[in-house]
Amino acid sequence: MSDLLYSETEDDLRAAVRSLLADRADARTVLGRIETPDPYPPGLWEALAGGIGAAGLLVPEKLGGQGAGHREAAVVLEELGRAVTPAPYLTSAVVATATLLALGAETGPVAELLGALAGGERVAVLAVPFSTAPDGRPAGTAPAGPDGPADPAEPVPAVADAVAADVLLVPRADGLYAVDAADAVLTPRSSLDLTRPLALVDAGGAGGTRLADAAAAGEAVRSGLLAGAGLLASEQLGLAEWCLEETVRHTRERHQFNRPVGSFQALKHRMAQLWLELVGARAVARAAADALATGAADAALTVAVAQAYCSKVAVRAAEECVQLHGGIGMTWEHPAHLALKRAKSDAIALGSAGRHQDAVAALVDLPAPA
Amino acid sequence: MTDTPPGAGELVERTRRLLAEHPPATTGRTDFLRARFDAGLAWVHYPVGLGGLDAPRSLQAVVDAELAAAGAPDNDPRRIGIGLGMAAPTLLAYGSEEVKERFLKPLWVGEEVWCQLFSEPGAGSDLAALGTRAVRDGDAWVVDGQKVWTSSAHVARWAILIARTDPELPKHRGITYFVCDMTDPGVEVRPLRQITGEAEFNEVFLTGVRIPDAHRLGEAGDGWRVAQTTLMNERVSIGGARLPREGGMIGKAAATWRARPELRTHELHRRLLDLWVDAEVARLAGERLRQQLAAGRPGPEGSAMKLSFARLNQAISGLEVELLGDEGLLYGDWAMVRPDLVDFTGRDAGYRYLRSKGNSIEGGTSEVLLNIVAERVLGLPAEPRNDKDVAWKDLAR
Repeated sequence: MSDLLYSETEDDLRAAVRSLLADRADARTVLGRIETPDPYPPGLWEALAGGIGAAGLLVPEKLGGQGAGHREAAVVLEELGRAVTPAPYLTSAVVATATLLALGAETGPVAELLGALAGGERVAVLAVPFSTAPDGRPAGTAPAGPDGPADPAEPVPAVADAVAADVLLVPRADGLYAVDAADAVLTPRSSLDLTRPLALVDAGGAGGTRLADAAAAGEAVRSGLLAGAGLLASEQLGLAEWCLEETVRHTRERHQFNRPVGSFQALKHRMAQLWLELVGARAVARAAADALATGAADAALTVAVAQAYCSKVAVRAAEECVQLHGGIGMTWEHPAHLALKRAKSDAIALGSAGRHQDAVAALVDLPAPA
Repeated sequence: MTDTPPGAGELVERTRRLLAEHPPATTGRTDFLRARFDAGLAWVHYPVGLGGLDAPRSLQAVVDAELAAAGAPDNDPRRIGIGLGMAAPTLLAYGSEEVKERFLKPLWVGEEVWCQLFSEPGAGSDLAALGTRAVRDGDAWVVDGQKVWTSSAHVARWAILIARTDPELPKHRGITYFVCDMTDPGVEVRPLRQITGEAEFNEVFLTGVRIPDAHRLGEAGDGWRVAQTTLMNERVSIGGARLPREGGMIGKAAATWRARPELRTHELHRRLLDLWVDAEVARLAGERLRQQLAAGRPGPEGSAMKLSFARLNQAISGLEVELLGDEGLLYGDWAMVRPDLVDFTGRDAGYRYLRSKGNSIEGGTSEVLLNIVAERVLGLPAEPRNDKDVAWKDLAR
């Protein structure tokens, strides 16, 4: 059975990340930058990736990383989710890094790039729509037919954190390419989640270095997306936890009808219900991180269960947070809207809950009606 | 006997010695269980001499695995669940040495079944409002009153009982906790037929029942605090069973789905998958709770388990009845029987559906548990109360 608890090392890592975020990326800082072209708090990535070494958690030491694993990266994501931090961690340190790691290179351009990502010197982003599920299909697309997937030379819509990337990992018909971001055409889009910028990426004419052939690329991208979906559950957990804590704090203090609103049973039960869902979300997010870390045979199922569950919990927690804050929850000044926007975007990211539920159905043999 | 708690290796040694000296193949069930208790391998975290070895609770799994591999008999936790899950931890925490020596072994071996005389017709969710009286008479207490929803009362040898010993005090303060002898002539057990047709529960009428003061647990008037130990353990034990993936109710529904393609609809498919995912998440949450307990870091998640278990059982069994269509219109057997076992997942879908309605009521209603989570876990303020400082006798009833 997988280990669903946190180790002391993980607790220490959490404390370090939380303290860094309190210094560099508190709600006021984040709110102050979200409408600028560069929402990432200055110096944060250097401190998080290089200083704490968080970007290299998945990367083996011999390639310049920390040689830790998915469990530790999941703890970082819980904290980034709590603070709704604008940082390309999920996209670069998890999805792009796991994609490259799946290529199994120990030398050459892949190994070099991994070293640079692990040290935080460079940021890489996989150039697929942020809604792409681990089966490789973005939202709203049909499974690949006999002619294969859509033309990869087409511009890619909604690539998360592309504006922060030095390197784009571009899947093309003949393999996976590393493209210098400066050689691609990036068109920033106005995104629902103000803390995770999206861009239209056109790398069609950008050339680049071929890292893998088509077969290896497909496997690697699937592996990167699976790690991303699995660890996204931890981001969703952290976000939901913050929403509940803030809501409890607010309703304890806010008085109406001459008593704290948190003393009304109708509200108490809603918050208690959220807590129940958080207990489940924590267990399944830990299970997904552990399954990825150990390469468990049922990792794909555990990740699908985690996404089918945690997406909903995070959205509900954020929606309850806005509602139970009353009018304050509707203001731009209060960070509740940042959490709601992140939660709703996360529910689409890396496959919707429904997509993951379909994956569960296939994996455990519960077929749909004929 | 060692001074320091034994480690896993030593427990394996001890278990193998037990198996060698009492081969399960040639030893009677009860004799084997007695020998296991005497070897300290019943519940290894209990004290030496009381079925344990003062070992870390987590090491029980090591012993259980050895015994299961050797085909040793297990004590049946479903039949003796109230004794094992609720009476035993309370006896251990509050019983005198004599009480612990007398009761724990036959309880664990299953020679003596226990029941729980807590709920009353006028005191269910508001348990502290109970009105069963216990009056001191020399070295004994004389008990009069009525209890309800008592499972296993018709087969129980002993009961844990809470009764009011001082009606002048506010309701939480004048309560005392006892061990009650179910063979006392003043104890009358009547079957209480329920929604499923059977009578798994009982009403218990107590008339002039004499309980020796030596069978009091905790101080007189301190019974509410003692009862908290029982209630906390009750909630952990309901819904706390270790299950494999697709264990419990969801496995039944999934098996029907696979076997009967003609029954499938898209709407039921969506609901089934929702519940499959929820059941898997609840299973993992239960596993995480056990790991926390084993690591000596108990959390408040026990209440969550009980709440999830109730909601899931009701939703899954409701889905099953619909999935079965015409067969769901039928019901297995309405005969009034008095089962010895509590069986949430047995029998047919209709039975499971009806029985599961009790899961959100017994052992604390879901509404009360949500209040407990809100106040004790989240620290939300209590609702205003008008019964806290009023003598019990002056409360409206």
